[in-house]
This record gives sequence, C-alpha cells and structure tokens, in this order.
Amino acid sequence: MAGNNHNKFPWNHVLGFIFSIVLTLLAVWAALYSSLSITAIVWTIVTLALLQAAVQLFMFMHIGEGEGKAQKGTIYFSAFIAVVIVAGSIWVMNAMMHSMM
Amino acid sequence: MKLDEFFVTGDPLIYGADVSIILSMIGVVFVLTKYKKWGWLWKEWLTTVDHKKLGIMYILSAVLMLFRGGVDALLMRAQLTMPETEFLDSTHYNEIFTTHGTIMIIFMAMPFLIGLMNVVVPLQIGARDVAYPFLNAVSFWTFFMGAMLFNISFVIGGSPGAGWTSYVPLAGNELSPGPGQNYYLLGLQVAGIGTLLTGINFLVTILKMRAPGMTLMRMPMFTWSSAITCIIIIFAFPVLTVALALMTLDRIFGTHFFTMVDGGMPMLWANLFWLWGHPEVYIVILPAFGIFSEVISTFSRKNLFGYKAMVYSMVIIAALSFVVWVHHFFTMGADASVNSFFSVTTMAISIPTGVKVFNWLFTMYKGRIKINTAMLWSLAFIPNFVIGGVTGVMLAMAAADYQYHNTYFLVAHFHYVLISGTVFACFSGLYYWYPKLFNHKLNETLGKWSFWLFMIGFNVCFFPMYFLGFAGMPRRVHTYAEGSGWFELNAVASVGGVMMGIGFVILVYNIYYSIRYEPRLTTGDPWDARNLEWATPSPVPYYNFAKIPEVRGLDEFWRMKKEGKKDLDLKKDKLEPIHMPDYSGVPVIMSTFLFISGFGLVFEWIWMGVAGAIGVVITMIMRSFDPDEGYHVEVEEIKEIEEHVRREEA
Amino acid sequence: MGHTETIDPNKPLEYQTEKSRLNILGFWIFLGAEVALFATLFATYFVLTGRLADGPGPGELFEIKGVLIETFILLTSSFTCGIAIHEMRRGSKKGLMIWFGLTLLLGLGFLYFEIEEFIHYVHEGATIQTSAYWSSFFTLLGTHGAHVSLGIGWMIMILIQVARHGLNTTTTRKAFIISLYWHFLDVVWIFIFTGVYLMGMVM
Repeated sequence: MAGNNHNKFPWNHVLGFIFSIVLTLLAVWAALYSSLSITAIVWTIVTLALLQAAVQLFMFMHIGEGEGKAQKGTIYFSAFIAVVIVAGSIWVMNAMMHSMM
Repeated sequence: MKLDEFFVTGDPLIYGADVSIILSMIGVVFVLTKYKKWGWLWKEWLTTVDHKKLGIMYILSAVLMLFRGGVDALLMRAQLTMPETEFLDSTHYNEIFTTHGTIMIIFMAMPFLIGLMNVVVPLQIGARDVAYPFLNAVSFWTFFMGAMLFNISFVIGGSPGAGWTSYVPLAGNELSPGPGQNYYLLGLQVAGIGTLLTGINFLVTILKMRAPGMTLMRMPMFTWSSAITCIIIIFAFPVLTVALALMTLDRIFGTHFFTMVDGGMPMLWANLFWLWGHPEVYIVILPAFGIFSEVISTFSRKNLFGYKAMVYSMVIIAALSFVVWVHHFFTMGADASVNSFFSVTTMAISIPTGVKVFNWLFTMYKGRIKINTAMLWSLAFIPNFVIGGVTGVMLAMAAADYQYHNTYFLVAHFHYVLISGTVFACFSGLYYWYPKLFNHKLNETLGKWSFWLFMIGFNVCFFPMYFLGFAGMPRRVHTYAEGSGWFELNAVASVGGVMMGIGFVILVYNIYYSIRYEPRLTTGDPWDARNLEWATPSPVPYYNFAKIPEVRGLDEFWRMKKEGKKDLDLKKDKLEPIHMPDYSGVPVIMSTFLFISGFGLVFEWIWMGVAGAIGVVITMIMRSFDPDEGYHVEVEEIKEIEEHVRREEA
Repeated sequence: MGHTETIDPNKPLEYQTEKSRLNILGFWIFLGAEVALFATLFATYFVLTGRLADGPGPGELFEIKGVLIETFILLTSSFTCGIAIHEMRRGSKKGLMIWFGLTLLLGLGFLYFEIEEFIHYVHEGATIQTSAYWSSFFTLLGTHGAHVSLGIGWMIMILIQVARHGLNTTTTRKAFIISLYWHFLDVVWIFIFTGVYLMGMVM
C-alpha cells in the first residue's frame, strides 16, 4: 500500500472491473443458458458470487490496509455468521414446515 | 383519537402512577430551578462525552429501571400469592409480565453492565477515553430515549401485553391492536441502535487504545469479557433490528411476514427473535463473568487462576452462543435431527462454563480471602449460578424439554442464571468500583444487610418455582384454581419476593447514606487491588491518566506496588499536553428526534415519524460539518489537577 | 492520541492520524454488522420463497434485461468509486470530485431503473402487501435501495466538504469511508442478483 506508486495506471481497478463483468456474465450463462441441473446451477452461481465479493473486498476496498488483520477477521467472522443465519434459518424452518404437513 | 384513548384510564393503580410521575417531574423542575442548576445539568451531564459520566448515567438509569421492573415483579407476586385473586385482571397481568421481562433484560441488565464497562474499561487499559467519545454519548442517549419511549406506554396509549418474546400471532394486529405492541417494537429499536454503537465503540477501544505493552494476553479479565461481549453485540443486534422492523412493517404497513394469511409464517418470528435472543443471554452474562473474575482475584489476594483457560472458554462460549437458538422452541415441532443438533450444542456450552467455575474456585484456593460486600455477591454467585446452570442442562435435552417447557421450572431456571449471574455481578461491581467514582466506599453494614436479605430472598422466591413447575404450573397465567395445590409454594415465593424488595431498598438507601456519612478516602486504591484502574487517583481526573502507564505483564498495578513504583512522579516525569474531545449537544438532540419519530410511529401518525426522522438526518448533517477538533489540556493545568487530587495521599 | 502526528510518507493521507485509523477500522466493523443485517433479510427472503398466496410468482415477472442493466450500472459505479480513491491518493482533488460525481450519477441511474422495476411489479399486481414472498422481496431490495439513497446523500455531503477544504487528513478519511460503504453496497447487490434474480428465474 505504498503511497508513492499511485501515479501509475490503476491496473488493479481495471482488472477488478473486468473480472466482475465476466463473472456476472458467467453466472447469467450458467443460470439461464446452460444445461446444468438446478443443484449444480445454485452451487455455481453462489461460488461465482463469492468470487465477485472477494474481488470487491481485495481489489476495490483495500481490505488488507491499515488494520488488515482485524478487518479481515471481521469480514470472515461475519461471513460465518451470515452462513449460520441463512443456512440455519432455512434448515430449521423447512424442518418445521415438513413436520407440519 | 380521543383523549381517553390517548391516556390510559380506568385503573386506580395507573392513576396513582400518573400522580407520582407528575409530582416527581414538578419536584425535579423545582429543585433545578431553585438551585439554578439548569446550566450545570446541560454543561456537565447532558452534553458530556466523558466515559465516566456516561457510565454513571447508565448505572443511574439502570437502577431506576430495576425499580420499575421490580415493582412489576412484586405486583405479579401479589396477584399470585393466593389462588383466584382478583387484584389484577388477565390483561393487566399480561402487560405487567411483558414490561417486567423487557425492562429487566433490555433496560436494566444491559445498561447496568454497559455502564460498568464505560466506567472501567478505558481505565483498565490505560486509555484517556473510548475510541469514539461522541458516539458513546449517542449510544447512551438513544438507549435512554428508547427506555423512556417504552416506559411511558403504561400511562399513554397502553402497555404491550404479548410477553417480552412477543410471539405472533398474539403480538399481531388482530390480537394486539393499538399502540401497546408498537411501543415494544419502537422502544427496542431505538435502544438497539445505541447498543450496536456501543459494541463497535468498545471493541475498537479495546483493540486499539491499550497502553503500550498491554498485549491481548495481558488484558484484565473484565476487559476481555467486554471485548467478547462487543463481538456478540455487533453480530446479534442487527438480527433484532431486522426482526423488529419486519414486525413493525406487518403491523403498520400491512406486509405478511408473520401473519396467518397470505403466506406469512408466524414461526419465523420465533426463529429470528431467538437468533438474536440467545446471543443476548451471553451479552448479559459474559461481562458478569468478567466482574466476578476481578472481584474474586482482588479479594483472594491472588492472580486469577487459569487466565488463558478463562479467555479461551469465553471465546468458545461466544462462538457457541450463535448456534443454540432453537432450544428456545424445541416444542414448536422441528424434526428430530434439528432438535438433537441444538440439544448437543446447548449442552456443549456447559463445558467452558464449568471450566470457568473451577477457575474461580481455584483462584480462591489457598488465597487470603477478604470478605466484604463486593466479595459476598461474588461468592454467592457460584453456588446459585450452578443451580441455574444444571437445571439449564436439564432443559437442554429436547425430549425432556417437552415436559418442562412453559412451566415455572423454566421461570425458575432463567431467574437463577440471570439474577445470580447478572444482577449479583452488577451489585458486586457497583460495590467494587463505586469508590473509584465517588471517593468513598458504600457502607459495609448496610451492604451486608441488603446482601443477605436479597440473596436469601432470591432463593426463597425462586427455588419453590422449580417445584411449581414440576407440579405443572404454567408460566404467564394470571391466577390458578383453589384445588390446584399450588398455593403454599406460591405464598413462600411471595415472601422471598418481598425480601428481595427490601434488600433493594436498603441498597438504594445505602447510596444516599454513604454519600452523606461514609468517610472520604485518602487513596485511589482502597481495596489493595491489582489492575490499572486503581492506579488513578479517586475521583479520576477527566483525562484519566496524566501519563500513560507502561505495562509489563498481567496485574500491572500489583507489580508496580510490589516494586514500590509510583504511577506518577510530578517532579521527575515529563508531562505532555493532552488532547481531549469537545462536549456536544448533538447526541441528546438527535436522540430526542428519534424519540419523536418513534412516538409518531407508535400511534401510526406517519407525519410525525417522518418529521422526527428528518430531524435526525439534519442533526447528522450538522455533525458531519462540525470540525470537531477538541482541545488540549496544558501541562500547567494537569500539574495543578494532579497536585490537588494527590494532596491527601502524600 | 498524540497531538503531534508525524507524517508517514509510506501511508496514504487518510491513514495519517490516529483518529482516521480508528474510524476506518470502526467502519469495517460496522460493515460486519451490516453483513449480519442483510443476512437476516436474505434468510427471511429464502424462507418465504414460494409463499405467494394468490399473487404472481417471480418467474412470471423478472426480466433479465432490466436486472442486467441495474447490475452493470452498479458494478460500473463501484469501479468509478475505486478510481476516485485512486485519484485522491494521487493528490488530485479534481480527479476525486469528477469520479465521485460520475459515481453519484450512476447511483441515481441505478435508483431510477430500480424504481421503474418496482412500479412495473406493482402494476402487475405484486405489491409489498400481496404475499409473504413479495413482502420479503420488497423489504430486502428496499433496504438495499435505501442504503444506496443514503449513500448518495452522504457522498454529496462529502463532496461539499472536499470542495470547501481540499484534500486533508479529515476529508480524505471521509471520502475513503464512503467509498468502502459504496463498494459494500455493490457486494450486497451481487448476492441479490444471484440469490433473488437468477435463482428466482431458475426455480
């Protein structure tokens, strides 16, 4: 994060931008135009979304700068919490609905 | 809306409350005006960003809320002492147990602990204030306004009555019409903002503002427990924010998240509520563990046994606290795999907790134990909390929970953990740190009276409830039949409740008594304690440390005393000007607008909600354009202050 | 908090004071809380998926074209926002203001298309009151949209301050923090795009 090489061309940002467009188009293709099974589609597009989030975090948001360790720790832990909240709720609520049928 | 719908009417109890509220408001205004204290109130307290003053205001509000919640509790005991009593009707009883639970958790336990965190954490880590003093004031005032919004419900508009868990459909529009339930939603929402900000503020403070040399593994245990608590707050409170917002949308804007029609899913509310609610339990217990660690170590005159094990078990508890929430609704009908999973994670929490209990016991082992009121509260915690914990493991077994669920067994369990854990810790911490703030101790004789009355009363009140649960008495019933066989134990419990009430009154009287009659201290370290907060003179100068201490290990202050080193030598030490933040009126004004906005939404007056929100935005913009440069305390002034506060010590 | 901050030439301007470093870390932690907030909204959305009552389903109403336009606008705004910070670190006040200005325009464009889309759904009989599914859809997207609107207002405030005071330790910190917020909203949108639109069209 040296401050003196900012006169160069912002390759990082341009690459990140290209990545995010390519990843978006790939996801659209996988979801709407491929012949993958639904499970495979879900896994593919979720993986592509995670990759794209990483592009934002590392190439645009400079997550490693400053308190890099604490910042990364926060985001990783929040990802864990997000998985608990989303997957946990789906699992528990589906189990409820299932046993009510 | 007619005036007699706006004000709650028809109940003599409420009229009594009306009169006493009006009288005490007139009294406050009269005293402030007579002694010309309005300017003082504004300059010294309403606009303060000093963590010690904010801490005092937090604790004062918490004691006030403990009074309100306690009155609710005694009203419930009065109603339940005899079978078929007609003192409170069922609606009124519902409202009282709802406000009792909500106030005790959100507006008493949390602010009491956050107040102690405010007072102690910056001092323990050798910092001059928190990371964001301005935000700290915003936190306090949003909490305070949220609490007031919730509390006025019983005289204006009517109280919520669907339990502190507010399960739908009971809390929905059809079964709880009117403003009561909206008070619950908006009061908690407003206070929740403050709590989240506190979490971020104190985590950054602890991560970044420790004195040089204080590595993470040299932090005092209360600071550790506060840091872990902050992490839980940061990730749990947004869930509550969303859950409350969704129910508000359901009630005011006609959405269908939790409704019975159009695809709504009432069970989802329970799921979201407890996704926050279980971590919340640890938010109010971990700081308590930190307080007990400090007090037990100080009065055993030994360092804390198993420091690392204490830290790791708190980390494990924090992580597990996010994956146990379903044990609050085992009986809602999930399948066996879900219930077993959450049963196992729940029981797993007892392992790190058990580790901590043994560590406290080993800290005392072979220590030269000094018994005083602060230590008594901590000593009493251990056996009482173990009773609560063991019955918790019984509840954790999903199959057995089908028997205990919604009975007084559960009521007894969570009062045993919350009172002997959180409330005992608050009292212990109050007795322990009070001299740091006010330069005199609380009276020991009165303290011991209040301790024994409260502690024995607590057991007399709640131990019988386990057996009422076994006898099948469900919670949240406003009365019971003559032939149910529940009368004797209920009568015993009520006696205990009265004893706790008297214990509380003595505690409050003790504060008044001690301010008037207890001798002033001549030292900043009245307990011969171990951590840096005691290295400062009492009362603490507003900049805390004239010179930031260097830390070389655990229990740094103890080490300094053993080496005969002074924390500050005014002749030799070179002082530097200290940068301090400016006081600001923005937090209290911003929070008042939040209150207005919330009040408008409670009555579904959208224009008022919007007007308040605009006020909030305008104050935020004002803040954004405020250069906020603070000021410097010059060396001369520091010397003068230090000489003054240390004169008696010399 | 020493009052004589020494300038470290290896660090950008927004990291020069202790206060700035504290604020940037604090904002990252706040973003962690925002993750939990949006995760709860996503959980609600997924649990209520398929609960349509008598209303229309997402498969009937979603159109990939409009969604892709919104997505590319937002992705581009994240890029321009990144360039703005790059320009700021080159010491170019003008560059920062131009690229932030572009970001603002793209943000407004995104809001325009999103509101158009919502109006279209309402005309087709899918309102926030229609069914549990549409309640959760509008709440999730509305919360994101409200964040974008707030971000636009906030960025305007920062632009005014940069215009007035130029680039100093305070204004660069504020600009950097709003850029973090803006990128974060893009991250949330990626998951909305994937979890709501693509999955909605697949299922």
